[in-house]
Amino acid sequence: MKTKTKIAAIILPAVLLFFLLFLLAGHSNWSLLNPKGPIAQQERNLMVVGISLMLIVVVPVFILLFTFAFKYREGNKAKYAPNQRHSTKFQLLLWAIPTVIILILAVINWKSTHQLDPFKPLISNVKPITIQVVSLPWKWLFIYPEQNIATVNFVEFPQTTPVNFQLTSDAAMNSFWIPQLGGQMYAMAGMSTQLHLMASAPGSFAGSAAEISGQGFSGMKFTAKAVTNSDFDSWVKSVQARRTPLGLAEYNKLAAPSSNNPPAFYSSTDKNLYNNIIMKYMMPTQGIQ
Amino acid sequence: MSILFGKLTLAALPHEWFTIAGTIFITIMGIAVVAFLTHKKLWKWLWKEWLTSTDPKKIGIMYIIVASLMLFRGAIDAGMIWLQQSLSVGVSNGYISPNHFQQIFTAHGDIMIFFVTMGFLAGLWNLILPLQIGSRDVAFPFLNTLSLWLYIAGAIFVNLFFVLGGEFAATGWLALPPLSELQFSPGVGVDYWIWSLQISGLGTLLGGINFLVTILKMRAPGMTLMKMPMFVWTSLCSMVLVVSIFPILAATIALLTLDRFMGMHFFTTSFGGNPMMYISLIWSWGHPEVYVLILPAYGIYSEIVATFSQKRLSGYGSVVAGSIGITLLALLVWLHHFFTMGAGADVNAFFGIMTMFITVPTAALVFNWLATMYKGRIRFFTPMDWFVGFVFTFTLGGMAGVLMGIPGVDFQVHNTLYLVAHFHTMIIGGALFGIFAGITYWFPKATGFTLNERLGRYAFWCWIIGFFASFVPLYILGFMGATRRLDHYEASTGWQPLFIVAGVGLIIIACGALFQVLQIIVSIKQRKQNIDKTGDPWNGRTLEWAIPSPPPVYNFAIIPKVTERDQFWADKASKQTAKQVYEDIHMPKNTALGIYTSGFIFLFGFAMVWHIVWLAIVGLLGAISCVIIRSFDEDTEYVIPADEVAKMEAERKSFYG
Ligand SMILES: [Cu+2]
Repeated sequence: MKTKTKIAAIILPAVLLFFLLFLLAGHSNWSLLNPKGPIAQQERNLMVVGISLMLIVVVPVFILLFTFAFKYREGNKAKYAPNQRHSTKFQLLLWAIPTVIILILAVINWKSTHQLDPFKPLISNVKPITIQVVSLPWKWLFIYPEQNIATVNFVEFPQTTPVNFQLTSDAAMNSFWIPQLGGQMYAMAGMSTQLHLMASAPGSFAGSAAEISGQGFSGMKFTAKAVTNSDFDSWVKSVQARRTPLGLAEYNKLAAPSSNNPPAFYSSTDKNLYNNIIMKYMMPTQGIQ
Repeated sequence: MSILFGKLTLAALPHEWFTIAGTIFITIMGIAVVAFLTHKKLWKWLWKEWLTSTDPKKIGIMYIIVASLMLFRGAIDAGMIWLQQSLSVGVSNGYISPNHFQQIFTAHGDIMIFFVTMGFLAGLWNLILPLQIGSRDVAFPFLNTLSLWLYIAGAIFVNLFFVLGGEFAATGWLALPPLSELQFSPGVGVDYWIWSLQISGLGTLLGGINFLVTILKMRAPGMTLMKMPMFVWTSLCSMVLVVSIFPILAATIALLTLDRFMGMHFFTTSFGGNPMMYISLIWSWGHPEVYVLILPAYGIYSEIVATFSQKRLSGYGSVVAGSIGITLLALLVWLHHFFTMGAGADVNAFFGIMTMFITVPTAALVFNWLATMYKGRIRFFTPMDWFVGFVFTFTLGGMAGVLMGIPGVDFQVHNTLYLVAHFHTMIIGGALFGIFAGITYWFPKATGFTLNERLGRYAFWCWIIGFFASFVPLYILGFMGATRRLDHYEASTGWQPLFIVAGVGLIIIACGALFQVLQIIVSIKQRKQNIDKTGDPWNGRTLEWAIPSPPPVYNFAIIPKVTERDQFWADKASKQTAKQVYEDIHMPKNTALGIYTSGFIFLFGFAMVWHIVWLAIVGLLGAISCVIIRSFDEDTEYVIPADEVAKMEAERKSFYG
């Protein structure tokens, strides 16, 4: 094959493939590019900035690669300098260009990492809501300590209100993720981690368990629903009215392995349940198995 | 019974369709091979000429053969993973259980890293490193055969559950606790995982020490560090990493073993255990391991771009500095694998920035490769095709990786198919393409004839097109929020078409692999036409091309004196030939003790999996005895007298003319 056709043969299918996949994928499904909260929004912007900065190096590399491959191929009889040596200046330049770009990225990295630290509470005039999350085999338990209710595989909270997720696990390790609201955080037994997220508008968002945690983890999905304040209040009342308390006996049953659990709602819980779950890995606790 | 067989009972024997199918396949293949060898009366030849050989050239070829077989196994796993993910949507649950699916992707990862990529590299090191440094052998010939046999023992171990029962780990390729602890993984799968990695890991560590010493102590006179070929340099970097990190792997897995075997609590969730410790330890091995795999490939590409551009490598000193820089930085970035574990912004940002800085030396390498092509006279043989394909693929994959060095971005793509696509880009587009390039490049050196170019080109195009068709969909799936290792997902996600496209890509890659098999068969058949009489089919630059193909057992009849960086290129230009004065040559004898030692270690590992105490003792004592016997053996060398060398050289000359 001639080199020119070769280059075309690389680039054309690649471009075509990309468009085809783009069509197949349907843009609206690209959840990371469709953020619905300030954290996910900033994380998406970071991606865009990062990619753009790197393209400053990557695009010239591609152009040079294919130009040189074409121009200096044996058949072309271009200038040939087999013993050419490059000056130290040239080498310094080769090191300097990526260094400058990486230094810029490093500054962005340092700043954004502190800004987007999942443990850092969001700044807002609205009083935040706390939701405690327990990773169980293989479902998510959400405890609302202030509202004194609990849910399984479904979490609802008011929009434009900072949500303080506290995370732990009562089984293997897991990773808690609502892509359209922001990045993940691990849930680990005997420890409590934090994740601060917020939804800017009402909507239902897919949530998942991102870390393998055994047999049923693929089915460990939940819906995160952001609603207006009044909708949230009436939802809490409706759950509280259900007469399905989450006592110790119910909790122990829930904590046993089961897959693909449908959403469940508990009208009341033990105030200390979350702490007890963590503490059971520190010292024996009565009742929790 | 339990004293005799431990936990190995009849109930453990293969009883699921995939283990039974595996058993049948392995048995039939085994019988076929045994029948063939017996029929052709090849056993003695095989044992004496190959299995017990201490000749690194033969050991290298055996590594490459086993790695190719393991590539076949790993590829079947990949196909099964894809089939499940394309089928198991909405109401369908696919064709395998979640547990089986998890075993498959665990095995796929381990096999591709430990037994395919590492195996191919060990093969190339054995074949080429001694030749490139002008040496007749490696520093420790016995250690070398032991390394090979430990690698083979590990490779058998990873497939053993097919035949002997049980299961493989269903935990992901690094068996992270607490999932890999007895509480969540009570079966023997994790134990099989532990011992296949411990055994092959020991082989890798011994090999690393061996080649480190070989490079440092056995170079031809005059070859200073700054005159070494680039492949030797990057391999040296790789060895430094091997000896730094494989002890960490061994210790970490040993602690996990104590948890599982003796009921300890290093990494359990309770009684003071901490799984985060394991994750940190295993990644402080795991990240540098990626560079163990990729650095030698950088060296291969450096050789290839200079040879086929018919031009000296641009910025040798810069490329060496870059490789050393990559080696050091590789040890400082492991935390980027768990930004999401809550380490805090300062720690995350530090490791994130360190990760990004790896780009600087890497970019210096890439720029220098491009500068080598500039004003060169590039001959496009398949190794050069692989090189161009690599730069294209690898640059994209590198960009995807640097992006993940920003913790804020990583939070979103961690554990997604984006990550999966990224590391496949690096390992396939970087290491594996480099291995293919290297094998094509040095094939004539090892065998005496070149590979068929046309079929090689077909293979290349299938691989590169198939690769993009396979992994671009995975990048996109990552952006769509698809996490890795899912055995099932909902139809509403809209992921299925992309999974199917990825599968089509996999089929195209499989065609590429088929062309490679065909290429080898056809090339062997046409070896008379493709014979390499000169020993220098590519107009090479380094010492390995100065000797005939395939090299005689002693490699160099006269150890070369090195004064130049591209010694052979300089020799060819000056048309000087050294005076031929032969001397007696000392060579290591063959030994079967490597096989016996690794056999006993294999038994020990097997006994540990099934808790068969007596067998564990037998295995351990046996292995130790073998090593003691070897260390008292004074008669490990034989001499080829000078006149014999002269006769062999003359014969060769008359044959090749
Ligand atoms: Cu890494």
